[in-house]
Amino acid sequence: MSIEIQNISKSFGAFTALKDISLKIEEGELISLLGPSGSGKTTLLRVIAGMESPDPNPNSHVLFFGEDVANKPVGDRKVGFVFQHYALFKHMSVFENIAFGLRVRPRSQRPSPSAIHDKVHSLLKLIQLEGFGTRFPKQLSGGQRQRVALARALAIEPQVLLLDEPFGALDAKVRKGLRDWLRGLHDELNTTTILVTHDQEEALEVSDRVVVMNQARIEQVGAPADVFHHPESEFVIDFLGNVNVFQGRINQGQAVMESLRVNLSEDSTREGDQANVYIRPNDISIDRVPISPSSFEATVTRINRAGINAKLSLASKNKEEIRVDISMERLLELDLQLGNTVFVHPTKARVFVPDYTI
Amino acid sequence: MTQNANRIQRETSDPWWVRATIVSISISFVALMLVMPLGVIFFEAFRKGVSVYLKAFQDRNAIRAIFMTCLAAGIAVPLNLVFGIAASWAIAKFHFRGKGLLIALIDLPFAISPVISGLVYILVFGMQGWLGKWLEGYGIQVIFAVPGIVLATIFVTFPFVARELIPLMQEQGSEEEWAAVSLGANGWQTFWRVTLPNIKWGVLYGVLLCNARAMGEFGAVSVVSSNIRGGTNTLPLHIDALYNDYNSVAAFAMASILASLGVITLIGKTLLERKLEQDSNSSLESTTTEGIS
Repeated sequence: MSIEIQNISKSFGAFTALKDISLKIEEGELISLLGPSGSGKTTLLRVIAGMESPDPNPNSHVLFFGEDVANKPVGDRKVGFVFQHYALFKHMSVFENIAFGLRVRPRSQRPSPSAIHDKVHSLLKLIQLEGFGTRFPKQLSGGQRQRVALARALAIEPQVLLLDEPFGALDAKVRKGLRDWLRGLHDELNTTTILVTHDQEEALEVSDRVVVMNQARIEQVGAPADVFHHPESEFVIDFLGNVNVFQGRINQGQAVMESLRVNLSEDSTREGDQANVYIRPNDISIDRVPISPSSFEATVTRINRAGINAKLSLASKNKEEIRVDISMERLLELDLQLGNTVFVHPTKARVFVPDYTI
Repeated sequence: MTQNANRIQRETSDPWWVRATIVSISISFVALMLVMPLGVIFFEAFRKGVSVYLKAFQDRNAIRAIFMTCLAAGIAVPLNLVFGIAASWAIAKFHFRGKGLLIALIDLPFAISPVISGLVYILVFGMQGWLGKWLEGYGIQVIFAVPGIVLATIFVTFPFVARELIPLMQEQGSEEEWAAVSLGANGWQTFWRVTLPNIKWGVLYGVLLCNARAMGEFGAVSVVSSNIRGGTNTLPLHIDALYNDYNSVAAFAMASILASLGVITLIGKTLLERKLEQDSNSSLESTTTEGIS
């Protein structure tokens, strides 16, 4: 089902959680709302679910399939909501938890006991917890509990699945497993899904599109590769993975720093303006000798070999820290030791000129 | 690890004589001030034999007093149960103006002397009071009658259920309720199927304490009751009257009922506290042992 959010704002007292947000979510899409805590992503999810009402404004609407749901309470929106801390009903068995949404229906719409039984068992099979129906939530691990919460949400055949940091309370390995499983499940069921997360790796890996949020606003919307390789703001490039930041000044179409110069792609900037240069650790090559005029000298201060790539820390002449990722083969080839002098050459850089007019 | 624990144990433990002194002070204090008087009640009640003890219960006034106490508690406890659940629900799950004031006001009966609360009711509902005359026009007498006793009992037992439930419900938050609502449950279903099972031990705990206080209340009830034997006397008032008549066997026989109620309350309270602890442990567990899939 397509969901359209138009000009939604929400404030709690003096705190602004959402500022004029508009977003269209396509049917069958898995979209992530990604941002640091306090960026408004969970509030947006709760507004969509109907758990928060947006600030009154004649132009703000939440549309499900083109229909305004402002006056529809949570229970009528047919949303499957999954909470970070599961919110399973502690005193009910796994079976009763999943059956809850079917049992509370008005008598005329309630499935027969045998239909409920079949439905719950097919869901238990879907979440790979067959035979766990009689257990209680506290007898399950975190990952199992979250799968039960998902099955409970799916039991009402929701038009949209809303997941609020569903893997946030789980440890890294379980999280990764569940993430892959969720993507597989989505491909199978094709339910429109909105996933709230502060984990950029999770968002980039699992979703069709990523909505990067910061300070109550949407910073950028796009496919994972799009937002990663073509960040439109300093916040986005900084939030999506490790990056080196250098500060310099604009001089004759270049961003000039103490140790390096980067050509500017656009010339809408003024001479002498401050420029921030962002370079990802894997967009830097290093050599024993200078290979171009823009190469600059640095000293190796740390080598971390644990990983697929080697992570180096370098210090430039004026003590700036530079993080560089190179392949293990390259590391062997260069035969680097701590304290060695190397020449650094950025292969790709993004320059942002901070806009003080905001 | 164990070595470490041992060292901490040794460092934090005081010399044996300090421990012995503190423990014996506590035990002898409890024995002298609490256990012995309780024993005395039963000793005095049975001093002249079981038949004299039982005879105390055949008195018409005694039966009336027991009935009055049960009536007052029977009305006050359910009303305060409903109020307590409503108030703690409102405080724990909603945001509204005057919430702080409501929390403070709930504690009012704990803060003021029961005698004052009795006097307040006389000022409001008495013949010279604000509403007394008006009510009398409809033939309703509040003070020196059953309604006054019930009102005074409600007042003094007002905070028990709410006080127990507010922290419990605040700790549990409202995520489970939101989950139920998002699954299509209406307010009534959410309350009966999700909220109530989560707070049931707390509710019972509050009801138990509320009932013990309702049945044992003396001060407030004594002010609004006219002490008419076989009329508006409750059990505590009746005991007081018997004792003033030097009828100590009957007085202690009646007192033994309240004392037994106290012991039963204590046992129930201990059992419920264990249940409550288990509940909060399991909810704690659900947030700490995540991710052992």
